[in-house]
Amino acid sequence: MFILKQEELQKLQKLAAHIRFDAIQAIKNVGQGHIGGSLSISDLLAVLYGKQMKFNADDPNWELRDRLVLSKGHAGPALYSALAISGFFDEEKLSTLNKGGTSLPSHPDHLRTPGVDATTGSLGQGTSQAAGIATGLKLRESKNFVYLIVGEGELNEGQCWEAFQYIASNKLDNLIVIIDDNKKQLDGWTDDVIKQWDIASKMRSFGFNTIQVKGDNLESIDDGIEYLKTTKDTANCMVLDSVKGAGVPLFENMENNHSVKFNDDELNSQTDEALAKLQSIYEG
Amino acid sequence: MFKLDERRENGKELRNVVVDSLMDLMNKNDKVIALDADLAGASNFNRIKSAHGKSFIDVGISEANMIGVSAGLSLTGYTPYVHTFAPFVARRALDQVYMSGAYSKNTINIYGSDPGFNAGFNGGTHTSYEDVAIMRSIPETIVCDPADAVQMEWIIKEFSNLGQGIHYVRGNRKSVRNVYAENSSFEIGKGNLLYEGSDLLIIATGQLVSEAIDVHDELSKIGISSDVVDMFTIKPLDTDLLLERAKNKRGIVTIENHNIIGGLGSAVSEVMAEKMVGVPLLRVGNEDYFGQVGTPDYLQQAYGLTSKQILSKVKKHFSF
Repeated sequence: MFILKQEELQKLQKLAAHIRFDAIQAIKNVGQGHIGGSLSISDLLAVLYGKQMKFNADDPNWELRDRLVLSKGHAGPALYSALAISGFFDEEKLSTLNKGGTSLPSHPDHLRTPGVDATTGSLGQGTSQAAGIATGLKLRESKNFVYLIVGEGELNEGQCWEAFQYIASNKLDNLIVIIDDNKKQLDGWTDDVIKQWDIASKMRSFGFNTIQVKGDNLESIDDGIEYLKTTKDTANCMVLDSVKGAGVPLFENMENNHSVKFNDDELNSQTDEALAKLQSIYEG
Repeated sequence: MFKLDERRENGKELRNVVVDSLMDLMNKNDKVIALDADLAGASNFNRIKSAHGKSFIDVGISEANMIGVSAGLSLTGYTPYVHTFAPFVARRALDQVYMSGAYSKNTINIYGSDPGFNAGFNGGTHTSYEDVAIMRSIPETIVCDPADAVQMEWIIKEFSNLGQGIHYVRGNRKSVRNVYAENSSFEIGKGNLLYEGSDLLIIATGQLVSEAIDVHDELSKIGISSDVVDMFTIKPLDTDLLLERAKNKRGIVTIENHNIIGGLGSAVSEVMAEKMVGVPLLRVGNEDYFGQVGTPDYLQQAYGLTSKQILSKVKKHFSF
């Protein structure tokens, strides 16, 4: 049941390419950064900021906005790109990423960046914060949603499972937990570091209504979120079957793509080619 | 303004003071939320659950999660107060207090209970002689150790007026001796000069303020007159009062139910060194030992923190 209209799909495809372009360019500009995990959530961010989330870029703290907590905070560059393209701040600002005095630190900081709803980076902590935000919104009888993005490597952190117990036990149906299963963490393949087994089964056994979608399929992501938003009286989870470095073959095929250093002429020129390709998609 | 209570008998249980103060706040402010991590039966937060069910959350045995949930509540406009045993917030949930709380400028008011020798039968695993050291090293925190029930009530209520940040108060769950008369009021960051003297400056914090008063009384019998300062706010420390009262003294004594490393004794000595206060200092507290099991009375004695033991340490150190 794909509910995206063709023109919506094209818009989201362009947005995803634009997010990728901006994130890669910002990271390349500063010389190094978290490419792999930024790219693996770019399609998700395109669906959230391009269609699903309620926000007002002119009033970032708008009471009636949906919230997004990027618990895998190292993917900050992708979030900043989505926020800039959505109008929270000038895209030019992305060139200040990680530079002294910037409002765009490597990991999101809600005090510095318009549109960032929670400060994250110390892994696991966004999960409980999102649970608290969802609790606060319920207490206020708000109809808004909280989107929590967690990395599958991040699931190594015990706090995630503390938060999941709380979310499921309290049936926080206004919170959608999205696990970006891109199969790699800093030290290598997740299966080789700390094997996660079947994440969806684990989430189900923790009490979550859980679906699995392809991380690069905009229609499936959108469809899944629509479904989870309307599923009440239960905790809800979407496991994204994603690829680290997704959407750019150069980075998909790079073995160590968690953090990439742009200090090599060949890599820089290949990256420029990839950027040109992304640009042609979103400008086309 | 504060007035001393001359009776010095035990007051209300501090946990009930916390609970009653929170329920007073909740009656006026529906944004106040209490959280516990499966210790509501120990903190008596169960009473809040019964009377203000919507304003109480039991997160289960997950202190790190409790701090994160509190941060999220702060982000949606609530004022959370959390309770757990002092070590389980200061040690176990430190990074959450730091990043989700302080660094993010979220508001989280924390009651860390049974610090130091109050851990009693829970023993060394549940003992924190380092919570003040940990909490005061986090930027922008406020760290309090109240002398008695009256001060605990004032602190809990005052925390709701402080706005964003981590506000930490430690305190026994059971009762401690009264120091202050009912309705006394205080000021965060201002020590209270309870007695004025000319020979010695005694600076105490928490329930050992009562022991400091005992020491003051005993010293006066042998002709030694001393100041007693209740430094209930260890951070920010009242350096003005410290420097003013240190003038022309023969010695300074700090007294705390905490490791002498990192707590009140450290805070005072940092200021003394920096301001070149050339007065001998004796730091009374836990002298870098782990906790252990026993009754609180046994443990207070074991760590040398009874009035009698403190008196003899003072006399020996300053050759009185």
